[in-house]
Amino acid sequence: MSEAALHKPWRSLRRQREAAEFGLWVFLASEVMFFACALTGYAVNRVLWPEAFAAAARETNVLYGTINTGILLTSSLTMAVAAESARAGLRRLTLVCLGVTIAFGLAFLMVKGLEYAEDIEKHLVPGPGFRLDQPAAQIFFAFYWLLTAVHALHMTIGLCLVGTLLAQAWRGSRPLSSPAFEAAGLYWHFVDLVWIFLYPLLYLAGRS
Amino acid sequence: MSGLTAERAIPDRPGRAENYLTAETGLASWLLTTDHKRIGLLYMAAITVFFFLGGAAAFLLRLELFTPEGDLLSADSYNRAFTFHGVVMVWFFLIPSIPNILGNFMLPLMIGAKDLAFPRLNLISWYIFVAAGLIAVYTLVSGGVDTGWTFYTPLTTAFSNGNVLAAAAAVFVAGFSTIATAVNFIATVHLLRAPGLTWFRLPLFVWAIYATSIVMVLATPVLAMVLLLISAERAFGIPIFDPLRGGDPILFQHLFWFYSHPAVYIMILPSFGVISEVVTCYARRRVFGYSFMVYALLWIALVGFLVWGHHMFVSGQSLFANLVFSFLSFVVAVPSAIKVFNWTATLYRGQIVFDAPMIYALGFIGLFTIGGLTGLFLASVPVDIHVTDTYFVVAHFHYIMVGGAVSALYGGLSYWWPKITGRMYPEAWARFAAVMMFFGFGFTFFPMFIMGFLGMPRRYHVYPQEFQVWHVLASGGALILAVAYLLPMGYLAWSLIWGRRAIANPWGATGLEWQTSSPPPTENFDTPPVVVQGPYNYHPEHEGPPAMDREPHSPQGGQPV
Amino acid sequence: MTGLGEDVPLTAGAIWRRTLPVWAALILLLGATLGLAYVPLGRFATATALGIAVVKGGLVMLFFMQLRKPDPLLRLAASTALFFVAFLLILTFADVLTRSAPSQPGTVMPRSQPELPATGQRGF
Repeated sequence: MSEAALHKPWRSLRRQREAAEFGLWVFLASEVMFFACALTGYAVNRVLWPEAFAAAARETNVLYGTINTGILLTSSLTMAVAAESARAGLRRLTLVCLGVTIAFGLAFLMVKGLEYAEDIEKHLVPGPGFRLDQPAAQIFFAFYWLLTAVHALHMTIGLCLVGTLLAQAWRGSRPLSSPAFEAAGLYWHFVDLVWIFLYPLLYLAGRS
Repeated sequence: MSGLTAERAIPDRPGRAENYLTAETGLASWLLTTDHKRIGLLYMAAITVFFFLGGAAAFLLRLELFTPEGDLLSADSYNRAFTFHGVVMVWFFLIPSIPNILGNFMLPLMIGAKDLAFPRLNLISWYIFVAAGLIAVYTLVSGGVDTGWTFYTPLTTAFSNGNVLAAAAAVFVAGFSTIATAVNFIATVHLLRAPGLTWFRLPLFVWAIYATSIVMVLATPVLAMVLLLISAERAFGIPIFDPLRGGDPILFQHLFWFYSHPAVYIMILPSFGVISEVVTCYARRRVFGYSFMVYALLWIALVGFLVWGHHMFVSGQSLFANLVFSFLSFVVAVPSAIKVFNWTATLYRGQIVFDAPMIYALGFIGLFTIGGLTGLFLASVPVDIHVTDTYFVVAHFHYIMVGGAVSALYGGLSYWWPKITGRMYPEAWARFAAVMMFFGFGFTFFPMFIMGFLGMPRRYHVYPQEFQVWHVLASGGALILAVAYLLPMGYLAWSLIWGRRAIANPWGATGLEWQTSSPPPTENFDTPPVVVQGPYNYHPEHEGPPAMDREPHSPQGGQPV
Repeated sequence: MTGLGEDVPLTAGAIWRRTLPVWAALILLLGATLGLAYVPLGRFATATALGIAVVKGGLVMLFFMQLRKPDPLLRLAASTALFFVAFLLILTFADVLTRSAPSQPGTVMPRSQPELPATGQRGF
């Protein structure tokens, strides 16, 4: 195993790798609480205003939402393969999968952008001239905008991370045994995980 | 933990050897350092600045309250002053103080590690903290905020004239720094303990920092999101908390206090750790009930998350929720009481020396007990309804945070000062300052209990004549308190140049941090330590109190002056 | 290689064989949740949708995020936050569901637009 990946204060790469993963999991725990705060607000308001929330959720574009879910799930697949192949020392597969992951991430943001444009056109932004009559429908869309925007921000950060790793692996300045690949993978999967829960809450409510 | 396998030569004489302070010089070697000890000192510098800023605001408040009329500050500038005082003191002084100064410096030393788990993250978190602090200062310069540190809506979202967005941004950014530090501490405690240092051999300070870090990781993001929500509501007019459009302002209070009540434990848990170290050292006793001290810390960290509703008894929260939160608040008092009783029992038949850190620690125990007991008053719904938003509440939380956390910070700073700087502080001055802090604190905040119970509401810059005697007492006490805070800054700075050089273990304390030279070398230990026994090994286990044949412990380790 | 007890596949084929079935299951579940959303399940609709989300999340955590590895430390870190999310939800709803009528949101007659914007002068 390459010694280049070992940093102070660690005595073994195994420990260092475990620390990277553990540290990232602890950070993800805080991310869970971050989203849980907004989702608690969503849950409370949904319980208080079930009809308005159902009516509002019907206004979201389920096609875009579903496509994006598929894109994200697939990007998680390529990210997982990238992390495992980095660990197995398969350079070419790592580079290809990181590249594909970035492509999927950009595709997600593009679809999201199209969706935002459509939402604005349909007057689904809370405030004057809102499309629906029920006042609480605006609360739904407040959460919709906030949660998807924060999620998109996380996606952007993830893209930057993966892009950096891709460049470093390409130039060879970061050894494939570095724990960073798995750490970035964990973060990417977490962003996917958030979307897995946002999808039914924002797009599927009130469809039947 | 004197049980080190290798009989290593620990220099009795102050070493002239290379240490972390002299290893590298120049401004860049400080600003780009990844050494946890240097980063601890960087934090100390930044946090001292914020302590001055928050203290200046407090000084203005007490000056204004000297007379019943509003002759110094207008109502609006008074609001801005107490908000600035609250925001700076909570997020830029109390929450980072002990974890980021003493924790950063001591945690790796106490567990025998070379550094924290993620040294570069540690440096980044300092820069984030400074950036957040600059935003906070910008908030003040751009006119300040008048909402109180609690950011209650709809005041913040619809009515406030202050720069709420900047203040929220400052607190939001500071949260990143807190979380980064906490992740670092948790990973360090889990994965970098010295060989043989099992969980139940950890010093209680390490346990306290660990429990604090867990609270930080799980609570801070909730504050971040709720600040994002009110910022979005203020900036873009979304209706989540707006009662006119179906939103629920009480929901904001739930989410805010889900962070801010555990934040109280972020402030006080590290103090518990400091006090446990100091009390055992200066009483020459094993800590009474070590495992219960550990469980109490973890119990507080856990149950501290379940009591936030006691801040909301008069907010319109349901009666059922009031009862649940009231009950849970009484439950969380139990582990705090365990800690106080165990410190007291540790003193029993110890060889107590009244060095400055011990005076701070004993003062802490007394003030924390009063603060904790009045907390029970506030946890009981009927009493709370009577004293909500009065000076009683102000006195209560200042007893915990100022009487508790700040006393512990000064105590811990004195205790570890020889280790941090390699110099002894002047003991007589330190004792004087410690006693002065206790009395100054009492004069400042005890009158507030009385006037609060008599009905003086908080956050007013004018008040009826009848309360003036209490306010004058409090303002006079605040002056004593200010001197007691400034005095240590003076003599500690003095000791940096003229203080006697410290030996490796001037107090004869146990603990790995005392097993290396003062100040420690860059890599912390010349040989990696190995631990074979538990902490606080001041006398044989399962034996009675130390007999009097032991040489009496003398001030400053009996070093020749 | 790592001594953590996991079997690390060393060839590209082995990696794909291990991950592709998980992806296929995720896509199937996505189809299922989309389809079920249009079936009138009444009060069970939300539970079904969230149940499927939990299964999908579980798959991602177990297989992509490597929680299968017998490392108790990672499992501990991954599960802790869930308890605190539960605390947040349970105690918040303990209030919201039992609040007396006058303090329920919506007691103030909700309006889309207040006639007079309830805003002060802003200082920024």
